[in-house]
Amino acid sequence: MLDTTRIRADFPILARKENGKRLVYLDNAATSQKPRKVIDAIVHYYSEHNANVHRGAYTLAVEATDAYEAARTAVARFVNAWSPEGVIFTRGTTESINLVAGSWGRAFVHGGDHVVVTAMDHHSNIVPWQILCREKGATLRMVEITRDGRIDLIDFGRALEDSPKIVAFPYVSNSLGTVNPAAQLIRLAHAAGALTIVDGAQSSPHVRVDVRALDCDFYALSGHKMLGPMGSGALVAKPELLEIMPPYHGGGEMIERVWDDHSSWNKVPHKFEGGTPNVEAAVGLGAAIAYLEQLGMEKIAEHEQEMVRITIERLSQVDGVTVYGPKDHRAGVVPFTYGDVHPHDLATILDRDGVCIRAGHHCTQPLMRRLGVAATARASFYIYNDVDDIDALVTAVRKAGELFGVLAS
Amino acid sequence: MSDLGELYQQVILDHNRNPRNFKRLEAPSRKSEGNNPLCGDRIQLYVQLDGDTISDIGFQMPQGAGCAISKASASLMTDAVKGKTTSNAESLFQAFRDMLAGGANAPGKLAAFSGVRAFPSRIKCANLAWHALHAALQNSGDPVTTESAKDF
Repeated sequence: MLDTTRIRADFPILARKENGKRLVYLDNAATSQKPRKVIDAIVHYYSEHNANVHRGAYTLAVEATDAYEAARTAVARFVNAWSPEGVIFTRGTTESINLVAGSWGRAFVHGGDHVVVTAMDHHSNIVPWQILCREKGATLRMVEITRDGRIDLIDFGRALEDSPKIVAFPYVSNSLGTVNPAAQLIRLAHAAGALTIVDGAQSSPHVRVDVRALDCDFYALSGHKMLGPMGSGALVAKPELLEIMPPYHGGGEMIERVWDDHSSWNKVPHKFEGGTPNVEAAVGLGAAIAYLEQLGMEKIAEHEQEMVRITIERLSQVDGVTVYGPKDHRAGVVPFTYGDVHPHDLATILDRDGVCIRAGHHCTQPLMRRLGVAATARASFYIYNDVDDIDALVTAVRKAGELFGVLAS
Repeated sequence: MSDLGELYQQVILDHNRNPRNFKRLEAPSRKSEGNNPLCGDRIQLYVQLDGDTISDIGFQMPQGAGCAISKASASLMTDAVKGKTTSNAESLFQAFRDMLAGGANAPGKLAAFSGVRAFPSRIKCANLAWHALHAALQNSGDPVTTESAKDF
């Protein structure tokens, strides 16, 4: 287990009281809190080094560019990317996936082609592909999940028989916590001739990621879920794919030369980073990675597994609680319902005890339809959560039960 | 627990568990839909008009698509406006909005929702059915939402 007392002291927001109670932040799958080091890195950047990157011929601009590119190298090392040039800074996972759909997809997916997503994908890994398929006259195929919340490998195999151009799936499900067998899915997809895009929004903060070992083609991540600033994120891709892809956003920075009627493109990754980038976000993400690496991703994963194990055990003892998701191979997410208490009411009641959870469909409506629920409550954990947080959660849930006089459904 | 007690008053818990007028009207004079896609609340509202009077009213929410506040609000609303004229119903809508915006309590059992004022994130739940009623009476036909509206 991590030394949560020491870690909590690094997070200024955790000193905040909510209705006079200790803040119990259990909505980490939505966004993580930020340690002092990340906040300081941003302040330091603006206080000492701020200038526009890649264009100034003065010292300050060189420093800003160095800070920005150092963050790129940090992301590359963190996920074992093929090269720093294979890391494109984006606003987050959503933009990373839209970049692939809008650039690679627009160039290489044609009418009659197939694109595969799964029923446990976040809307951000479904909707960009729906838009692309609609535009191209391609077919979008959604792979089913098993009753216990894993990707149905038999249906996955069937979907591959259509020789899809690309297969999209989440490494870790944000709604269920399922850790998918990513390497295996990628091998199968490649054998069928498809490229793969992995939604890494929920894996990057919680497990050691090695994109080269996975051998995926595209990997999307969000910085804000892994201690970094809002609006930080990256697309990690095989450099040879980035070379043949057309630009995503036209503008400054991404060009080599601009004639009156056409242009040529800058080198990868700059080809995909039109406009002034969010340098603050990149620098903050670099600081977040340094913090995570100091703790060690294996230790982080171990800590969260323990939190999840205890939470499921304690919640299951409450009459009327149903926990969703697989028994094992799951990361720090515990989705549950409580009798006929609507998850939004549950979240309101928990909030009064300072317990922050998410309630709703978690941007996974196709999944919720399959689970047969309109909404779930979701507690999700990170490095600063401890057993006291779990106690507060379970106590507040019991309190909600008393208030509502729970009828087990 | 006192402000939670204010929010989840007994009458609200009762109407959540046993919603009144929880039915579909077969051939209503008016119908409307309320949808808060971010939180998942959905309501279908059916209104039967006899001249200017709301002679019958019913609502439905898909299984699990309504929290206690939105369901109880719809239930108490239908009780409050049944038998009233459309202009009376619109006045109640105004009184309800005023209450949630910090004004005086709405009449009768509707005052039970005064506790929602202390929970800004839940005002949209209490409002949804009323905006659907307004849309039905205006015969606008467009689904309503209270998630984006500054206006409550």
